[in-house]
Amino acid sequence: MEKNNLYKYIIRLADNALILGQRLSENCSKGPFLEEDLAQTNIALDYIGRAQVLFNYAAKLNNNNQTEDDLAYRRDEIDYLNFLLVEQANQDFAYIIARQFYYSAFDCLLYNELTKSKDETLASIAKKSIKESNYHLTHTIDWVIRLGNGTDESKHRLQNAIDALWTYTGEMFEQDEIDLNLSKNNIAPNALDFKANWLNTISTTLKNATLKLPENSFMMFGGRNGKHTENLGHILSEMQYLQRAYPNATW
Amino acid sequence: MVNSKLNSHQVFNLISEIPDPEIPVLTIRDLGILRDVKWDNNNYNVTITPTYTACPAIPFISNEIKRILNEYGIYNCEINISYEPAWTTDWLTKEAKLKLKQYGIAPPLHSSCAKKIGAESQIHCPRCNSNKSTLLSNFGSTACKALYKCNSCEEVFDYFKCH
Repeated sequence: MEKNNLYKYIIRLADNALILGQRLSENCSKGPFLEEDLAQTNIALDYIGRAQVLFNYAAKLNNNNQTEDDLAYRRDEIDYLNFLLVEQANQDFAYIIARQFYYSAFDCLLYNELTKSKDETLASIAKKSIKESNYHLTHTIDWVIRLGNGTDESKHRLQNAIDALWTYTGEMFEQDEIDLNLSKNNIAPNALDFKANWLNTISTTLKNATLKLPENSFMMFGGRNGKHTENLGHILSEMQYLQRAYPNATW
Repeated sequence: MVNSKLNSHQVFNLISEIPDPEIPVLTIRDLGILRDVKWDNNNYNVTITPTYTACPAIPFISNEIKRILNEYGIYNCEINISYEPAWTTDWLTKEAKLKLKQYGIAPPLHSSCAKKIGAESQIHCPRCNSNKSTLLSNFGSTACKALYKCNSCEEVFDYFKCH
């Protein structure tokens, strides 16, 4: 039971990294300018690397000859347990930044806590990842402030994206039996414990960017249990194409 | 065939000169990627650590290690990828930093323990040594670098980020 909880928790972490990495990699060669194109793809690479390490660990926990590739490429939509936030479409640059802002602020707090995990493998992965997470957040906050204080157009677009994606932020702090069980055993934190910290980063940054903190309190849930928005299907149809068309293809 | 003449220290030295594929002026030992070699009576266990989680050089380096050991008749080697302690630029030796600079990459400025992230001021241009430079991008051609421009000689250069 304990092992099942940990397995599912690791899959959730890995799916967030994989799906956000896949989303960001869609920008490769389509960035607003060369340096930002490199930034987006660098961040995407960090997430995909993290997903690979986590899937590898999950596959070992499950011990049924599953490989990291099986987990990444050969599951159905309902088996993916990522937040709805990370699967949301790129729309425009403001959406990419708003999504990254909400997620990175959370990701830094979560992985910082995970460095203290009693599970040694998870702690070692977190110690590696947290350095990268901090760098992503710094970069993203720079953009929030720059767009918010930029032109009327950039401010308007970022405020739109900040408002539109707000409804997906509640899910990051949803705690079910798996989370509670793991936090009781000091394997993972209770995300509610750092929710105030997260809100502080968000509201301080928005204030510096002369943007408004959304007030809408309606939150969307489901991703962590495999119930997704239509976006995920589109991601998977592209991401899994090769393995679906040519099963078990290797380099 | 097992080459029983070599101890783990000798094996370490054999593979320590493998150049990093992305920064060939540095070896995997200079960078701190090669951590350890241990003999467990069956295998040489080689421990390496990636600079960044998704470092694409790891498969290349693993293959190089095996290729070189094969040349010495060693086929019983296991490569472990370790994540802890997490790789840090603090492991770069003074010599490695000098080599980086001569190669045209500005070496990391301070210890990663300072926990300063993002843009850094006062990065010296590796070409003209001017300390007047501007950050162009937090992210460069590889995960471990950022892009700067020298305000004096106007050359664009890579900076090896503190990590």
